[in-house]
Amino acid sequence: MEKIYLDHASGKQVNNRVLEYAKPYLNEKIGNPSSLYSVGLEAKRAVEKAREKVAALINADEKDKVIFTSGATESNNLAIKGTVLRNQSKGNKIAASVIEHISVVNPMKELTKNGFVMNNIDVDENGLIDLNKISEIVNEKTVLTSVMYANNEIGTIEPIKEVSRIVHENGNYLHVDATAAAGFIPIDVQEDGIDLLTLSSNDIYGPQGVGALYVKAGVKLLPVLPGGGQEFGIRSGTENLFGIVGMGEAARIAKEEMEAESPRLQKIRDALIEGILQVDESYLTGHPEIRLPHHASFRFSRIEGESILLSMDTIYGIQIATGSACSSKTLEASRVLLSIGLKHEEAHGSMVITLGRANNMEQVPRIIEAVKGTIERLRMLSPL
Amino acid sequence: MAEQIGYSDKVMDHFLKPRNVGTIENPDGYGKVGNPVCGDLMEIYIKVENDIITDIKFKTFGCGSAIATSSMVTEMVKGMHIDEAMKVTRNDVACELDGLPPKKMHCSNLAADALHAAIEDYKKKKAEKSQERK
Repeated sequence: MEKIYLDHASGKQVNNRVLEYAKPYLNEKIGNPSSLYSVGLEAKRAVEKAREKVAALINADEKDKVIFTSGATESNNLAIKGTVLRNQSKGNKIAASVIEHISVVNPMKELTKNGFVMNNIDVDENGLIDLNKISEIVNEKTVLTSVMYANNEIGTIEPIKEVSRIVHENGNYLHVDATAAAGFIPIDVQEDGIDLLTLSSNDIYGPQGVGALYVKAGVKLLPVLPGGGQEFGIRSGTENLFGIVGMGEAARIAKEEMEAESPRLQKIRDALIEGILQVDESYLTGHPEIRLPHHASFRFSRIEGESILLSMDTIYGIQIATGSACSSKTLEASRVLLSIGLKHEEAHGSMVITLGRANNMEQVPRIIEAVKGTIERLRMLSPL
Repeated sequence: MAEQIGYSDKVMDHFLKPRNVGTIENPDGYGKVGNPVCGDLMEIYIKVENDIITDIKFKTFGCGSAIATSSMVTEMVKGMHIDEAMKVTRNDVACELDGLPPKKMHCSNLAADALHAAIEDYKKKKAEKSQERK
């Protein structure tokens, strides 16, 4: 049985064109970008070229910085701890939406142990941020506010331009985690008014283990990894040459092909949503329209998500994700699903589909049949 | 040491082909444990003749291990004397399934509890009946 992989938010196949492009930097062009001889300079040029390509994907200004990191988790940590600790003179408050990724929540929680006060910004039942709440909560003492570009569990796209206006009217810096959104919807850090933006390489079909943090000119950060002074002295450590070159090329391809690829994915997404919502007591989670083009998320009453995942995988060869407590490391129900007002028992029955390059319209009927079969089977077992 | 990856083959077998699914009309004993808020809810129905479990059925809302432990416990005790069945522990069920991931040992391993609740219910009903006869 041919597998249908539908969990691209968790991991993507590295694009073959990216792999071919970056391969020489694993075994041929192996100079250290800090070395001054020719091979080192060539490596340095490759890193700078990758930086330009990533900057182009998000329309960063020449004066701004793109700092390469080990991935979105590090970028989020650097954005939050780096900015807040370097700018303590501005105040002791930090704020974040209630649906942020755990790699935003946990560094913020850590800061609260050092005297910072963290405020949460609610979202509505579709996952859209409460703009009024931002102006209530954020003030001149709020050093950093973090709101994600789009949510990975429910697909909702946040009104970042509005968020930016309100944050800058009332407070200081805005950090945006664009891990789920980048490469699928256009991002313009200048137009949107973003101070810090997190990117992940693998989420745009680049190699794993690399990411980037965009930093607007003038925003000062404390280095989270002090050392030899690479990456503008903010993120030390010999550059991951293969990863960085690969991420750059992935960014170039994403920028070039998004205009054709995203509408293609959106058509598949809409066909899946239409078919899956035929199932009794099935509901879309997240915003019905303002959502990522490759993202479809659901909940089904009376059944549990880990069972959905196992059934879909072992019986039908289809890989999906769930926000079920039973499938999480902590055994806690998804914060995101509770934040949009679901009850615990409702949050247990969730299923998340994130489409990617390998998916196509021909797979849709098989996916819908598999979901129907799975739900029917599990409901037969269920006492509810 | 390396972490155990995923479920054992036996767990997956019971998850994919659960034994004794369903309900029993007018059961001699009925047990229900867990709650949907926590993500696991199990119901066990038993038929008992001369203190031997002659038939047993279950319905479960929950994750893979919740379904597999329910199925396994029904298979383990069918035909067993109720006193023996009362001695079947959560651990016994997990062992029969070649183990469960550590974090699932407590939350999704309630099948033995559901069985014990069903047997207690049977004993209670039996005691009430003999009271009536007196």
